[in-house]
Amino acid sequence: MRPEVALPVLLPLLSGAVSLLFWRSRPMQRFVAVAGNIALLVASLWLFVATLSEGYITMQMGSWPAPFGITLIADMLSAVMILMTGIIGLAMGIYSLATTGRGHEKFGYYPLMHLLLAGVAGAFLTGDIFNLYVWFEVMLVASFALLILGGERAQMEGAIKYVTLNLLASVIFLTAVGLLYGTVGTLNMADIALRIEVAEHDGMVEVLAVMFMVAFGIKAAAFPLFFWLPASYHTPPVAVSALFAGLLTKVGVYALFRVFTLIFDQSMGYLQDIMLWGAVLTMVTGVLGAAAQYEFRRILSFHIVSQIGYMILGLALYTPLAIAGGVFAIMHNIVVKTNLFLISGITHRLQGTYQLKKMGGLYKERPWLAVAFFISAFSLAGVPPLSGFFAKFVIVRAGIEAEAYVVTGIALAVGLMTLYSMVKIWNEVFWKALPEENHVPVSSTPGGDDGRLIKPSLWMMYLPVAVLALFSLLIGIFAEPIMFVMNMIGDQLFEPDGYIEAVLGVSASAEEALLETGELHVEADTIGGEETP
Amino acid sequence: MEPLMALAIGILYATAIFMMLRRSIVKLVIGLLLLSNAANLLIFTTAGMTRGAPPLIPEGMLQPVGDVADPLPQAVVLTAIVIAFGVLAFAVVLIRRAYEVVKADDLDKMKDTDT
Repeated sequence: MRPEVALPVLLPLLSGAVSLLFWRSRPMQRFVAVAGNIALLVASLWLFVATLSEGYITMQMGSWPAPFGITLIADMLSAVMILMTGIIGLAMGIYSLATTGRGHEKFGYYPLMHLLLAGVAGAFLTGDIFNLYVWFEVMLVASFALLILGGERAQMEGAIKYVTLNLLASVIFLTAVGLLYGTVGTLNMADIALRIEVAEHDGMVEVLAVMFMVAFGIKAAAFPLFFWLPASYHTPPVAVSALFAGLLTKVGVYALFRVFTLIFDQSMGYLQDIMLWGAVLTMVTGVLGAAAQYEFRRILSFHIVSQIGYMILGLALYTPLAIAGGVFAIMHNIVVKTNLFLISGITHRLQGTYQLKKMGGLYKERPWLAVAFFISAFSLAGVPPLSGFFAKFVIVRAGIEAEAYVVTGIALAVGLMTLYSMVKIWNEVFWKALPEENHVPVSSTPGGDDGRLIKPSLWMMYLPVAVLALFSLLIGIFAEPIMFVMNMIGDQLFEPDGYIEAVLGVSASAEEALLETGELHVEADTIGGEETP
Repeated sequence: MEPLMALAIGILYATAIFMMLRRSIVKLVIGLLLLSNAANLLIFTTAGMTRGAPPLIPEGMLQPVGDVADPLPQAVVLTAIVIAFGVLAFAVVLIRRAYEVVKADDLDKMKDTDT
């Protein structure tokens, strides 16, 4: 019984339920939003520390032995992702207090936020492939509702694209799960990893790998399946945008990392090439799309796509160092991208628009905001000594070691293009003077997202921004201990035997030998009555 | 039985994708509905079809006798049906709201967010 593995899932579910109980009480919901997310952060820290010392922590739900019940497992990758979820959750909890209009709060903004976090945490921790599907759906349903809070035309149009493509991805995922069960007869990911190596139909395994790649590729917004993202991420309230940008697509990337290291590690072959070039094209199209935009949040949305390319590149290169770099990129991106969206929310509050052409003069008026933007934007572009530099450095080094020079060169060029977009925002929003026709006196427009007046409480918006900018700086300065953790993740993912052993409780090689002779689970049969497939 | 099911599933997938490629958002949602049904049937079929043998353990024994139906895919399908139901309920409300705002049952008129 290891409660720390279950807590990051249970706590947000609990806060969501408590929040629902106080449906009519706005102050109470706001209190639960902050308190619940503080609890989540503490729980995720606990899990992180525990995993750091032990490597793997597992918990079998309902005490059913491993391949039969649902397993919750935290390895270092899960623990880091959960920690990031905790940090972002708390930042969003505080930021939402200042930006969410009463209209949104009344329609269940906070319960949905908790539910979304529960879905994200569940997806990171589960060790069962069908359970992963269920957590994806929990997360999706919450995100659907958050996306259309407010019900404006752009939101509806964005939501239709978002909902359709994500549901399509879910069905592909579900189909793949069904076929996988038909092929190997188990849903436990560690068990699948063992059995798929001795599966009879090689062709089927490849089909399954492609189906998982497409399903998670859509959810991660990889080329050529990313169109739903720039069509929808700039439409909801800004706190929702930031939460989506920070966490949602990364769940898709996490699923790719998990499935393509644990389950399909041996059968990569040409799939690896597809993934590699998919990653490259994701980087390039994302950054080119951003270059053409002049809306703050749309530029950032296209950059999410571009950054996803770096993460998948780390996976596609498939060396321990490259995987470490990919995870570093995920972690850094969660912090930085969320922060950039939060800053766009503050500039919107100050100047009443997201259109770069209509903004200006903020360097003079809010120098500290400019500093926070500077740190985040240049970190995204990979300027040393900020967090993005090390993420990119590790991936590029892994690329050179793997002798993938063309790909590495493109990755570096995309970094320059990112810098171009960030400089564009810097020039338009912070550097140039405010255009004459849009001369709104600062802080006279304290409207929420729905236009209703709320108290101008800018410090609640500045606090998360400042802390996240500081994180980005600290990740860069203290890169060595973080790289230690990342290398640990790289080794764990590259050699999944430890994961399998942690879940099934027997060493992987012994289990494999048993599988080949067909004697596995004889004792289990006499206990549970499950057929040996 | 299996070939017949495979045929039915194939037809369902094809119809669903055809519906999703139409311009009308109502047909789009019908496509999604058919798609999730097709996936559920597929899970049910790939796990193998056993006729009239519920996975019940006779009294005084530790495991069922003979070939029994696999209960796991049925539990999976049940979960998937419930999820699909919830999500589709949302999708139906969404297209209604979208229709109220856009005043057209036409995806080609929903390009505001693409420019």
